[in-house]
Amino acid sequence: MTELYKLSIQEAGAMLRARQISSVELTRAHLDRIRAVDDKVKAFTLVTDDLAMRQAHEADIHFANGNTVTALTGIPLAIKDVICTKGITTTCGSNMLKDFRPPFDATVMQRLNAAGAVMLGKTNMDEFAMGSSTEHSAFFTTQNPWDLERAPGGSSGGSAAAVAAGMAMGALGSDTGGSIRQPAALCNVVGLKTTYGRVSRYGLVAFASSLDQIGPFARSARDAALILQAIAGPDARDSTSSPQGVPDYGANLNGDIKGLRIGVPEEYWVDGTQPGVEKAVRADIEKLREMGAEVGEVSLPHTKYGVPVYYIIAPAEASANLARYDGVKYGYSYRDTNDMWEALEKTRQYGFGQEVKRRIMLGTYALSSGYYDAYYKQAEKVRSLITEDFTRAFEKFDVLVSPASPSVAFKLGEISDPYEMYLQDVFTIPANLAGTCGISIPGGFSHGLPVGLQLLGNFFAEDTILRVADAFERVTDYHTRWPEL
Amino acid sequence: MTVTETDIATDFEIVIGLEVHSQLLTKSKMFCSCSTDYAYAAPNTHVCPVCMGMPGVLPVINQQAVACTIMTALALNCTIPAYSKFDRKNYPYPDLMKGYQISQYDIPLSNDGYLIIDLEGQQKRVGITRVHLEEDTARLLHHSGYSLIDINRAGTPLMEIVSEPDMRSPLEARLYMQRLREILVYLGVSSGRMEEGSLRCDANISVRPRGQQKLGVKTEIKNMNSFRSVERALAYEAQRQIELLRSGQPISQETRGWVETKGITVSQRSKEQADDYRYFPEPDLPPLVISPAWVEELRASLPELPDTRRARYMRDYGLSTQDANTLTEDKALGDYFEQVVAALPAQNRVARARAAANLTLNDVARLLKAHSTDISENLLTPAASANLLDLLDANRITGKQAKDIVEEAFISGKMPAVIVEEKGIQPPISDEGELIRIIEEVIASNSKAASDYRAGKVNALQALIGQVMKQTRGQAKAGSVRALLIKKLEETDQ
Ligand SMILES: [Zn+2]
Repeated sequence: MTELYKLSIQEAGAMLRARQISSVELTRAHLDRIRAVDDKVKAFTLVTDDLAMRQAHEADIHFANGNTVTALTGIPLAIKDVICTKGITTTCGSNMLKDFRPPFDATVMQRLNAAGAVMLGKTNMDEFAMGSSTEHSAFFTTQNPWDLERAPGGSSGGSAAAVAAGMAMGALGSDTGGSIRQPAALCNVVGLKTTYGRVSRYGLVAFASSLDQIGPFARSARDAALILQAIAGPDARDSTSSPQGVPDYGANLNGDIKGLRIGVPEEYWVDGTQPGVEKAVRADIEKLREMGAEVGEVSLPHTKYGVPVYYIIAPAEASANLARYDGVKYGYSYRDTNDMWEALEKTRQYGFGQEVKRRIMLGTYALSSGYYDAYYKQAEKVRSLITEDFTRAFEKFDVLVSPASPSVAFKLGEISDPYEMYLQDVFTIPANLAGTCGISIPGGFSHGLPVGLQLLGNFFAEDTILRVADAFERVTDYHTRWPEL
Repeated sequence: MTVTETDIATDFEIVIGLEVHSQLLTKSKMFCSCSTDYAYAAPNTHVCPVCMGMPGVLPVINQQAVACTIMTALALNCTIPAYSKFDRKNYPYPDLMKGYQISQYDIPLSNDGYLIIDLEGQQKRVGITRVHLEEDTARLLHHSGYSLIDINRAGTPLMEIVSEPDMRSPLEARLYMQRLREILVYLGVSSGRMEEGSLRCDANISVRPRGQQKLGVKTEIKNMNSFRSVERALAYEAQRQIELLRSGQPISQETRGWVETKGITVSQRSKEQADDYRYFPEPDLPPLVISPAWVEELRASLPELPDTRRARYMRDYGLSTQDANTLTEDKALGDYFEQVVAALPAQNRVARARAAANLTLNDVARLLKAHSTDISENLLTPAASANLLDLLDANRITGKQAKDIVEEAFISGKMPAVIVEEKGIQPPISDEGELIRIIEEVIASNSKAASDYRAGKVNALQALIGQVMKQTRGQAKAGSVRALLIKKLEETDQ
């Protein structure tokens, strides 16, 4: 029998329900795996051993008593450290919140807990989700399990690396400009960014409120669907959550994509896309055509404005969202002064890292009197044009395909220019601006490093992109490969 | 120093606009489910992660607060747009939990209304720029060397009513505030308590030489905690600005605080340090779509407003302007008056409304004040007051007895008829024959006093009245005793 940590959620769930394994065994296997490899990968900011074993034990009681269980009952998962967990530190990868224990659970945590899932711990991330490499964590850098000298991507690098290395069966991340899809691509796992409003943001520490979405990481499309099923749906505490009903995401994973219209955006092959990435993704598109999809070219003409628009809107919202960290109520507090303003300034000076401060300044500037119209307002207009690009494209196509990232995993420290780092998200940002959904799935390898295939879907078309992802997995083996650790 | 209207030189014109903030009487806070009933609660007991601005929390709009704001806007003759939105107003201060206030910037819940004030019979229209909705901040309690924060108030719904710069004197500003307060209280959206800070007023004031079109440099005046201080502060500030202009000095655009104890305004913040609030649309809240049907529903639910009530009292009950004003300004007292009227017999209700108004304004108001009783805890029910009026009307008791009875009913809560019964108060002697018999007896047995009166000593009459009253044990009406006595004295003289 394979090691328990290599099972998929679907397989493990079946074995749990058949009482072939217990959740305690399954959870212990993952905690053992964390002990064995996380020294090298450093995916976790906190491992919640005791809680995990307690939850696993409870799950086993449910199985033993024949209680109603879900697809996630007894399944060990990792949670990005930007999602509030009651009484458990939620650091956001920042010194500002190093010891912050929220007095409440995020809605997604309430839903996972209700589903009987087991939480293994909290995962590392770029500070306040600002970054594409996890190098901006205030605590330590997470290593890519495929090459420990390389970055796992970001900002949800810890979650992606944990799932890739078998330290968790699945994980939650958050995606503001690609923070789920890009690390999923670099770590060879499935990462789904949901439609804006599909998953409640209540308890997700805000970076850019109009862009942030929580989504799952897993090692298969079906597993991602199982996690999404548990967390999706309206929430009275999030006024931006959609009242739209949640379909059965597993129902149409039938491998059939015949006649499905797949568009290839011509603007998604930018200069700087690595040849190995382009080659792998072109081959993937051929594969989809062979599977019966109707593949055609499509134009999303405003794509090139995505990154600049994003780097106005996201920092603008962040500048307000991060204003609450003033050292008065919670988190880090500079106390070596009797002057209120000095305390406030030093708290933020020492509490925030460089990238966070850079974005706060960018956003503050973009919103300032005299600049608002030229920057923020203009960016909102272009954002509408980008959304219209997608609306038009989805009139003709069911799914759009592209690379998830222009490059494979880069070396830690290799990208020092912030703007070059921002370009990591050139293919992922437009979907955040439009609010549509997207997924990155294992799409091949280039020089032994994973390449992510991005499938973009219309609003609330998670079921469609999951169907394509699942069908693709049936005819490829990229997602079954394991990094050597 | 008291500056009155007439002191202010007439070669300058004063221009005033007011920004009024009112907490709304909703059950819960603006964006969370915390109760707003914290007035007497310990600090930081009415809080939750949302109103404390914890990381990860999201606001949810209180529909009742939106309804209150729209009702106010309708009462102020405003236009309600089909679409409105919330914005973030960014500024750092420890009383602001999120580092921004959720407010409304360019598409408020309403705009373009007006309010009519009464200038000694002259109706003046003051424009309302907008009425919008936002959230209150926490309360800071300053001690020496440190400050404490009470978050109970944070997130309380706060409505802002901005006027046009249409007022031309401190008096007009006070009248505007008073009229506005009346409306808010009538709508039931505000407690209207300025002294407790649930109703606050900031003023923009400038002066300009009469006839000049261009507005002068304005200052913003804060810390005015009563109607009186609004008038005093603005009178002081107008005079200060005029004096500066007269002596050729510039007025600096700044925020000034009114210091009640000294009767002056002092500079708090100059324009150079003016804030850039970096407003932008609140991404956590979708735009508010306001259906015309809902607006009409709210319009239909508006209660009678003060101006209508005032006019009705004068028209239907023939009350004086003064009485109608008093019964309108104090809504609870006016409500009491109406309940007394309603409890009176239908046929002469209107005719007796003036008696009811007198009873309410004199006896009831006096007793409430003397006993420091709130009208909501008044034991003298409207029915009891109506009963008293009935007894008077039926000549069952005298006016003098009524004064004692109302006092006792106020304290005991008994119906006046019951008190009359228990005390064995006899009906006034209305049988004139009986009264004449007693009077003749008194004249006969007090011949000295009688002849003194006839000799022109008017004072002697008082003694005779006293004797008659004594004989009738107070059951005769003093007025008729006096008249009959004089008549008899004159008769017996001949
Ligand atoms: Zn609250």
